[in-house]
Amino acid sequence: MSAPVYLELVSPAGTPAALVAAIDAGADTVYCGFRDCTNARNYPGLNFDVDEMAEGVAYAHARGRKLLAAINTFPRADDMAPWHKAVDNAAAIGVDAVILADIGLLDYAHRRHPSLRLHLSVQAAASNPMSIAFYRENFGVRRVVLPRVLSVDEVADVVKAIGIETEVFAFGSVGSMSEGRCFLSSYMTGLSPTSEGVCAPASHVTYVEDGDKIVSCLGGVTLNCFAKGEPAAYPTPCKGRYVTEGRASYLFEEPIGLNVANILPQLKAAGVTALKIEGRQRSRAYVTQVVSGFRKQLDALARGETPPPADDLKLVAEGGRETFGAYGKGWR
Amino acid sequence: MTKTTPAAKKTKAAKPRLTLGPLFFHWSPEKRRDFYFRIADEADVDCVYLGEVVCSKREPFFAPHHDAVLERLRASGKEVVLSTLALVTTHREMDAIRDSATDDLLVEANDVSCLQALDGKPFVVGPFINVFNEGAVNYMAAKGAVRVVLPVELSTDGVGLLAGYANKAKLGTEVHVFGRQPLSVSMRCYHARARGLHKDSCQFSCETDPDGLTASTLVDKPILAINGTQTLSHGYAALLREIPVMAKSGVTHFRLSPHDTDMVKIAALYRRVIGGTMGADDALAELTNLMPEARFINGYAHGKEGMVWVA
Repeated sequence: MSAPVYLELVSPAGTPAALVAAIDAGADTVYCGFRDCTNARNYPGLNFDVDEMAEGVAYAHARGRKLLAAINTFPRADDMAPWHKAVDNAAAIGVDAVILADIGLLDYAHRRHPSLRLHLSVQAAASNPMSIAFYRENFGVRRVVLPRVLSVDEVADVVKAIGIETEVFAFGSVGSMSEGRCFLSSYMTGLSPTSEGVCAPASHVTYVEDGDKIVSCLGGVTLNCFAKGEPAAYPTPCKGRYVTEGRASYLFEEPIGLNVANILPQLKAAGVTALKIEGRQRSRAYVTQVVSGFRKQLDALARGETPPPADDLKLVAEGGRETFGAYGKGWR
Repeated sequence: MTKTTPAAKKTKAAKPRLTLGPLFFHWSPEKRRDFYFRIADEADVDCVYLGEVVCSKREPFFAPHHDAVLERLRASGKEVVLSTLALVTTHREMDAIRDSATDDLLVEANDVSCLQALDGKPFVVGPFINVFNEGAVNYMAAKGAVRVVLPVELSTDGVGLLAGYANKAKLGTEVHVFGRQPLSVSMRCYHARARGLHKDSCQFSCETDPDGLTASTLVDKPILAINGTQTLSHGYAALLREIPVMAKSGVTHFRLSPHDTDMVKIAALYRRVIGGTMGADDALAELTNLMPEARFINGYAHGKEGMVWVA
């Protein structure tokens, strides 16, 4: 597969307003979920009912853009109906693709809707060409969202080997665990990211002031204690401070955001198809800022120019600091 | 001849088997070899899983002992299953997956890449491949799976439903009933990170903790156990009271996860509970005697936070 000349910019849309904002700011594609446990960002006040998503499809298509429906959690036994219905609804309203992770659901979508385009969610944790080939050969998957665990060289290797499109994370969280297989949040809250679509649900998060410090807890487990004004991440288990051998540290990951703006030429050379911005739970203003930031970068790149410094993106990065995450050497 | 009801027949056919899952920790090659020799000679388990699941860097150490261990386990009449790596990215790791797939042994696939390599050969679906529903169960059955090791996150209700679907599809089901529960895998090595190192120059620092490195909260509550790139529960799952209901729902295999304790005695306890010759509470009291420092958990089985104990 030769490298595409154009990198597709894929934006989150947690709400209909964010969808419009993303498209107006220059996103090529938006992804969104239905308002239930069928998607991995099942937070209160977010997501779309079927009519809203149909309006989103119309808004996107009228402007030559695309809409993807994320149906990327894992249905529980005897409860597959909501997921089947989500796939059927997405197909009926003409989304450009559905993003799936569960093997049972991929099988269903492939058999029931043979012409529906299937993308493999990052939640499927397909981290190598053999896994991707399995999904391609058995379910006709056309694009894979690569896990945030690969270096740029490894991404390039995968792209060469698989013969289908790749989408990589460009901006948002670092995601240090193999996604779709992380049970840390349910271990502390009883609610499962894999099935209920909520990692560190707000209902289980508390912040308590302790003098000039703030203590954050998840499910009653103390995850951090930081000075007011100190950068700190939302208390997911992988962003907490833990004590090992008498020393407190950010054992899994620092409060830091992923931003690939400065390695766009390398990702383009690696042959990736699309760049994914994370953050369906983030505000419309965030979406506008990040999408227009990347739009400028990508347009410069497409003109053969060196992309301008991406200072405007740094301001909205998690914890106000950035990393290339696993794309860079030494992260592991 | 007495007439048996279908239900009675089912109960008789459903005598669950006891397995020893793959060792997650990086023990010295000799310790690991001697552990398996003792399991072969003394442990009352039906099936033993061999193989490195967590980190491919550890694989070469045990390789010289693999054949001897395999032979000893087979000679003892135990089924041996080869477990594969849970997170696969490099060419070398993919080659190892292909080698496992062509091995004579039954393979436990812990990454989808292994399903691709097996290509119709029978296999066990490992706990690192998500099988949460009947759609996935039926798909795995059609692909040649013989049983599914269910995700640790499931409640006994969920286990029961899946065991029912699996039985219909002629698949066995296996549930982790003893040992720290695997909660996540990563490309990053947290043992190395905790000691100021990187994965590429890790100095195999995970070998100092035969049951994992305790990670506590800032208020000194032990919460997780680190094992290289893997994160486990700090508490040890001890599903004993839950065994009868799971057996009744059709679970065919119960899995003990190896720890640095007397696994032969633990196997004997579980065997008696499965066989109905020992009550769960008595077994729990004995387990506490064997592991006085350990905290036991069973939250997931009851649909609660995995970290808790439901009395």
